[in-house]
Amino acid sequence: MKELWQLFSVFCRIGAFTFGGGYAMLPLLQKEVAEKRDWATEDEILDYFAIGQCTPGIIFVNTATFVGYKRKGVWGAIFATAGSVFPSLIIIMIIAAVLNNFAQLPVVQHAFGAIRVVVGVLILNAVWGMWRKSVVNKICGVVAVAAFLLSAVLAVSPIWIVLGAGVLGLLSPMIKGGRAR
Amino acid sequence: MSSWLILFYEFFKIGLFSIGGGLATLPFLYKLADKYEWFQSGMIADMIAVSESTPGPLGVNMATYTGFQFGGVLGSIVATVGLVFPSVVIIILISRFLEKFRSNSHVEDVFYLLRPAVTGLIGGAGFSVLLMALFHVSTLSDISMGNFLEQIGIKECILFVLMLFLTNKFKKHPVVYITAAAVVGIIFAF
Repeated sequence: MKELWQLFSVFCRIGAFTFGGGYAMLPLLQKEVAEKRDWATEDEILDYFAIGQCTPGIIFVNTATFVGYKRKGVWGAIFATAGSVFPSLIIIMIIAAVLNNFAQLPVVQHAFGAIRVVVGVLILNAVWGMWRKSVVNKICGVVAVAAFLLSAVLAVSPIWIVLGAGVLGLLSPMIKGGRAR
Repeated sequence: MSSWLILFYEFFKIGLFSIGGGLATLPFLYKLADKYEWFQSGMIADMIAVSESTPGPLGVNMATYTGFQFGGVLGSIVATVGLVFPSVVIIILISRFLEKFRSNSHVEDVFYLLRPAVTGLIGGAGFSVLLMALFHVSTLSDISMGNFLEQIGIKECILFVLMLFLTNKFKKHPVVYITAAAVVGIIFAF
């Protein structure tokens, strides 16, 4: 029981002190989980991140599930996962309650009018970074552009695009010019 | 189906199909805004800003926020549990045969084209954010060629170019640019 509580509180702490998610969590995870507690090695954490990147869900939450399961089985997984989402739950509930009351104020609307522009820029930068890593040849480029057009112009559900790309990838070794083994 | 079940089910689907981190939930959230009255698509960009400026992963923040709009504290919990439920199950299964999963060539094949598709999908979400931010419309068809010049926001476009330059020149934390934009927005009445 004591270690279940520790799993909850450690991931709660990491969740509360990292902004932006994803790789921003990596240094703190390594310190809290590998250096201070020996729950997992640094290499294992990198593996969890790599797998988290290519499985459904949120990388940090997935990492919490991995470590929790490794330490204490299914209950460990549940406690660590609950800890990882707990700070967001509390903070966003408070912000949602406040934002609903203040969203109509002109000063808030002006602020968010400009913030939206920056958010667009931040997403563009993220997409550019992902493009450089994921688009390794022309076929990948065609798939990326097709996914963009299908979702942005034709409003196709992302579920179909994800499934379609996965199936195409699975079949790619059979197609001429597919992924080199 | 009770509306609570629908809330759980919609975030369960997002949790199951959004692969590759927080931004990957964006295209699904835009679909959700189309389908239900839980929040407007314009709110998504605001929530990204809030998420980038507060601790915690974007996906969890969006689920909590949407759930709260839907039904207060309980709604937040239902949506968040729905979001993380599929990945908890999947990770527990993967944990049991970690080595095999990592080196399986079929898994590598799937991700070979899945990664660029997710890149394109997030690009689509970015496109929606910019349509709203620069043209104040939510879909491409809302822009008419006749009054194109009236719809485009000049102040917004200047800020866009400036921020594109600054974010790439100085790799500061997003919170820095979001705060700066809030100040600019208030001073110049965006």
